[in-house]
Amino acid sequence: MSAETTVQEQAPKAPAKPLFTAKDRKLISDPLDDDNPITVQVLGICSALAVTVQLKPALFLCMGVLFVMVFGSATISLLRNLVPSRVRIIVQLVVVAALVTVVDLALKALAYDVSKELSVFVGLIITNCIVMGRLEAFALANKPGPSILDAFGNALGYSVILIIVAIFREFFGSGSILGFSLIPQGFYDMGYENNGLFILPPMALILVGIIIWVQRSRNKKLIEAN
Amino acid sequence: MDKLEPNFQEGGKLHKYWPLYDGFATFLFTPGHATGRGAHIRDSIDLKRTMAMVILAMVPAMLLGMYNVGFQHFRALGEDAAFMDTFLYGALKVLPLIIVSYGVGLGVEFLFCIIKGHQINEGFLVSGMLIPLVCPPDLPLWMLAVAVIFAVVIGKEVFGGTGMNVLNVALTARAFLFFAYPADISGDKVWISGNLVAAGENSNVVDGYTGETALAQFAKVGGEVTHLGGVAYDSLSDFLMAGFIGLVPGSVGETSALGILLGALILIATGIGSWRIMLSVVAGGLAMGYLLNGVAGMFPDNPYLAIPPFYHLIFGGFAFGAVFMATDPVTASQTPTGKYIYGFLIGVLAVIIRVLNPAYPEGMMLAILFMNVMAPLIDHYVIQSNIKRRLKRTKVLAHA
Repeated sequence: MSAETTVQEQAPKAPAKPLFTAKDRKLISDPLDDDNPITVQVLGICSALAVTVQLKPALFLCMGVLFVMVFGSATISLLRNLVPSRVRIIVQLVVVAALVTVVDLALKALAYDVSKELSVFVGLIITNCIVMGRLEAFALANKPGPSILDAFGNALGYSVILIIVAIFREFFGSGSILGFSLIPQGFYDMGYENNGLFILPPMALILVGIIIWVQRSRNKKLIEAN
Repeated sequence: MDKLEPNFQEGGKLHKYWPLYDGFATFLFTPGHATGRGAHIRDSIDLKRTMAMVILAMVPAMLLGMYNVGFQHFRALGEDAAFMDTFLYGALKVLPLIIVSYGVGLGVEFLFCIIKGHQINEGFLVSGMLIPLVCPPDLPLWMLAVAVIFAVVIGKEVFGGTGMNVLNVALTARAFLFFAYPADISGDKVWISGNLVAAGENSNVVDGYTGETALAQFAKVGGEVTHLGGVAYDSLSDFLMAGFIGLVPGSVGETSALGILLGALILIATGIGSWRIMLSVVAGGLAMGYLLNGVAGMFPDNPYLAIPPFYHLIFGGFAFGAVFMATDPVTASQTPTGKYIYGFLIGVLAVIIRVLNPAYPEGMMLAILFMNVMAPLIDHYVIQSNIKRRLKRTKVLAHA
């Protein structure tokens, strides 16, 4: 029971206990490696392919997903005893859609060029399987505290992969990171060229595949028995 | 060599490198082990000899390709060069490509064998030769190296090495180059060696020079090609002859239908290349070519539709792909019926891509890669239908 008490309660009332119990910490650390939403659960691949041509839009999308997941999970977790299970998907959709609209409008107001670059993919956060997946699998059955941690962890796990892929794609495909050119002009003069394949979506898929390969050869827990 | 062996055996200090030793030892000498028990009737053919045969079959196309590289270069400059000069120019362009391809590819392969403790396979011997032959002669060597690494690692090693790959390794390398560095492997500036387009401004280049391949010309003007590279053709038969012998711009090995035909004969005679696949690729290409001829009247703005179907066989990578790429025993269909379907569809698709997609005047590479992916599916249905047929037969017999 104590493991499931919410963070808000823990922090002021019981200073003797650690802020995050081991179980709480696992909620965040698991999705980063052992249970990564992209490389292990293989969810949310579409956006990983679409927005990782450059690092900047990828970062913004990650923040959007983080925001939607954390607040979505908190809301659904609070509502979990009120919502009849028959209409839960609709309720989840409404909550997620409202949050995505907030993200979309905020991006349009604060970072218009990024918003234009991301175009429909902000709206498509609604259909990102990770968001709905965590709401269904975790937030509906847990208290707000752990739900928030779980959503935060999964959003981070998603972001880590997106950022790695985006760094590789931007560096090899455009010779820059975050728009700063990293490859000196001398290289281009000597005949170096940016790799056009990294701009194309298939390369993101191949990169995700390579990440899965590296991860599985390092992490013995993930090796399937066959 | 025998003196070295103990070092590499179990417990020796260099045991880690056993695959490397084993690979070289069996490459240079006949393997010492023989089947110990049982009556196995065996030919002395093994993977090494198969691969050596394929390489031998590629030699005519390669030599004619080398000559052609020099020929295109000098002809575009309007110079007459002696036979040997022409050949040497081409050889000096092509040999570095071959050396880099082998060096990098075998390096990656050895590395994986040592890490994973596999035996070294000879699979790359053929791929390493095919890759330079499907590249334009002036391709920067570092690009070739990157493509080879990509192809060997992503095309082959991730699937478990030679014999497990889904995609043809050489074509994976070419597809990588095609999408990664399109400016260096497609268009009209790369097929004739010596950076002539840059030189074109101070104009040593002959009048009417065009760097396009024959296929790009077909897309523009249809079958009535009057010049190509630095050569003007008086008659259509001159042009066709040049295409057949291989004196037209293109990738190193693909230009000479004559050289490829010799290679095909070697492969068929030794039973290494599947004649079923070669035949059905050609049949598929011709069938689609005739079909498109039939509808050519309706679409007058695509002159490519109307070219005589056999042009497809002579120009571009069609013949090379049919003989050396489609027949790759690992990535092709395995069942005889499957081979006919697989080959036929390659021919059909290659011609469709060539003629109907304005962005790609050449379609052989994508057609073969696509059918590589489909090959297991074809085999599956061929086997299923065979099982069904035989079941039916036994049922009929049982009733009778």
